[in-house]
Amino acid sequence: MLSSVANRIYWMARYLERAENTARLINVNTHLLLDLPKRVRLGWEPIVDISSRRDYFYNLYDEADERSVIRFMVSDTRNPDSILSALNMARENTRTIRDIIPREAWEQVNTLHLNSKVNARSVVTQRHRYDYLRSVILGVQTVSGMLAGTMTHDEGYDFLRMGRNLERADMTTRIIDVRSATLLPDMSEDLTPFENLQWLSVLKSLTAYQMYRRNVHQRIRRTDVLKFLLLQENFPRSFNHALCQVGNCLSNLPRKEKVLKILVQLQKKLLQARIQEFDQEKLHAFIDELQLGVIKINDSISKNYF
Amino acid sequence: MAIRWGSYKVRNLYDELLRATGRPRSAAQALCSYLRTLKDSEIEEYKVAAESAIHVMGITFTVYNEEEGSIDRAWPFDMIPRIIDKREWLQVEAGLEQRVQALNLFIDDLYHQQRIIKDGVFPAELLQDSKNFRPECVGVQAPLGIWAHICGSDLVRDKDGTFYVLEDNLRVPSGVSYMLENRLVMKRLFPEMFEQNNILPVDDYPSQLYDTLAALSPRPGDQPEIVVLTPGIFNSAYFEHAYLAQQMGAELVEGSDLTVENDIVYMRTIEGLTRVDVIYRRIDDLFLDPEVFNPDSLLGVPGLMRAWKCGKVALANAPGAGVADDKVVYAFVPEIIKYYLDQDAILPNVPTYKCINKLERQHVIENIHTMVVKPANESGGYGMLIGPQASKSEREKFVRLIRRDPRNYVAQPMLTLSTAPTLVDHHVEPRHLDLRPFILSGERINVTNGGLTRVALRKGSTVVNSSQGGGSKDTWVVDMEAI
Repeated sequence: MLSSVANRIYWMARYLERAENTARLINVNTHLLLDLPKRVRLGWEPIVDISSRRDYFYNLYDEADERSVIRFMVSDTRNPDSILSALNMARENTRTIRDIIPREAWEQVNTLHLNSKVNARSVVTQRHRYDYLRSVILGVQTVSGMLAGTMTHDEGYDFLRMGRNLERADMTTRIIDVRSATLLPDMSEDLTPFENLQWLSVLKSLTAYQMYRRNVHQRIRRTDVLKFLLLQENFPRSFNHALCQVGNCLSNLPRKEKVLKILVQLQKKLLQARIQEFDQEKLHAFIDELQLGVIKINDSISKNYF
Repeated sequence: MAIRWGSYKVRNLYDELLRATGRPRSAAQALCSYLRTLKDSEIEEYKVAAESAIHVMGITFTVYNEEEGSIDRAWPFDMIPRIIDKREWLQVEAGLEQRVQALNLFIDDLYHQQRIIKDGVFPAELLQDSKNFRPECVGVQAPLGIWAHICGSDLVRDKDGTFYVLEDNLRVPSGVSYMLENRLVMKRLFPEMFEQNNILPVDDYPSQLYDTLAALSPRPGDQPEIVVLTPGIFNSAYFEHAYLAQQMGAELVEGSDLTVENDIVYMRTIEGLTRVDVIYRRIDDLFLDPEVFNPDSLLGVPGLMRAWKCGKVALANAPGAGVADDKVVYAFVPEIIKYYLDQDAILPNVPTYKCINKLERQHVIENIHTMVVKPANESGGYGMLIGPQASKSEREKFVRLIRRDPRNYVAQPMLTLSTAPTLVDHHVEPRHLDLRPFILSGERINVTNGGLTRVALRKGSTVVNSSQGGGSKDTWVVDMEAI
């Protein structure tokens, strides 16, 4: 398989995943804000922080109010991580590999991009926002399903899964990092009930709430949530699961030794960590390491194959 | 209103399906009777079916648009085929084979001894001024002595029904994918017509193309690595590049996928570097290799010409083949055929006046209002004068242009192109058309059965280019003797 083709499949998957994750994130934040007491000002800034584009955001907008953040994260094509930008990049990558992937998948990507563009304005009002974000999530899931069901599961498909899983791993760490840092700055007594709410929203941003409930039969606690999202082997959005998937894909590919080595190092680091002992500062440092690890794997895949 | 042949008038020109009397030609009889039985609603059904087939199969051509980048447009298609009797076609086929064979000998000669110039048949000064002669190719041994492996020649019929060659495309002729797709659409629409008539197939083109390319491999015996080199997604023929690559099972590559080390061409794959043997290149000579030609080219591959010259990779068509793809050279083709093959041309040229020749130039200037004047090296209908339709000042401008640079112009009398019935709403009207057969030259020569028929969809227009309101039809070569 041509390197350039593998490269495009990989990025098509990453951008699609990014669009879906961003849609989920905004959806959950909208709901969370409705439940929190008005004096707790979590607001929309954390969403910008999750995408690590704070400086860039303030170049374009004065204030991190709902309207501006939503626009920045959904329809502003000046933001390379916005849903529209991500879908556009996904489409551009897909266009050039139309002869490689099943045609109905290309048509779905094309339609998804088109619809999201046409309806982008409706996302500003809360009433239509849910429908819009849901259609993005469903659209991406449809592409994944079509590809799983109709594309030959050859090397190309391995690159697709690697792209998707690395993007997931990256997003999971970002959400944990930002959400845990901005969790109720002063833990005064009367706010504790809401702490629970916030961890719940972390789970929900990753569609992990139900699965967490089924796996962990206790009340929602920081350590359990962290363990679930970082270490769980079978939950598709946990960090560990994503790494295992990348490992599986690599094992099918030629010349994988270097990349595998980096992956195994990161897995070791992850499994040896004593998460229950981490305070906020340590957690942040640890997440940093994980993110660096993901970047290293990405770079190593690029260097090795593209 | 359904299709009534009685109201279809053939006036003073050649119609592909009907005689001047209004009766169908014998090869078209079955089709015309069938079409007459269709009701409006059935015609509408066919139209919808054709459009949806084109949409679903994704037959598109690309139009670049500033705002949205490039967009794919559905390929305009007319569902009434153009029909040619096989007995007539065999003549055309023989003529094309002869022509391409002579042109390849001509190109090979130009890059070696130049006997044809020494023998005084082809003027040396024409070669010196040729924009498509590549001094870099002099002395190169092309495999099998062939330079133009893929040729697309444009044929037209004048009012007496004679086929003329209008031009030969020896650089990167396009359109063959539409010929193939048109046939697929027609088979879906009219399966019974294919069952009842003996329509010669066209779908073996990709495998013939593969064989033609494979025979060029510098490493015989092995299974050669063949790639299609495209300028990329923004090229108007990108659909065709992807289509042919897919049909041949070859990789579709861009310049950045290839690299040259020690005069060997490699492509970058996830397994590492893989050697490439044959490149079917769909980019122009001047963009092939920034080391030799346009240094700013990002489409090409540095070192490609070195690799080709020392025979480590085959390029189709070979660089420099375009020297024979020139409207002034075209005028010499009958002499070229005579010189190399000692035969008379089977297929005539459109009578062509070479402005470089004083007497002919005088004739052109005096009769410019009846002439079509063409610059030597442009394609796609650019920079042309259509005398009968031009204004006085345009004609005067061309007279000045011809006087200033006579070598660069040829002129032809205005032909009356043939027509074929074409669907307009629910009835038929005559529309002008041409024909582009494709000729593959390798160990043997293959001519497509028919070719791509392009039709000017606007009433009275003779412009068949898809970017300017042209469409296409399926072309049926029908064998009347076999039942």
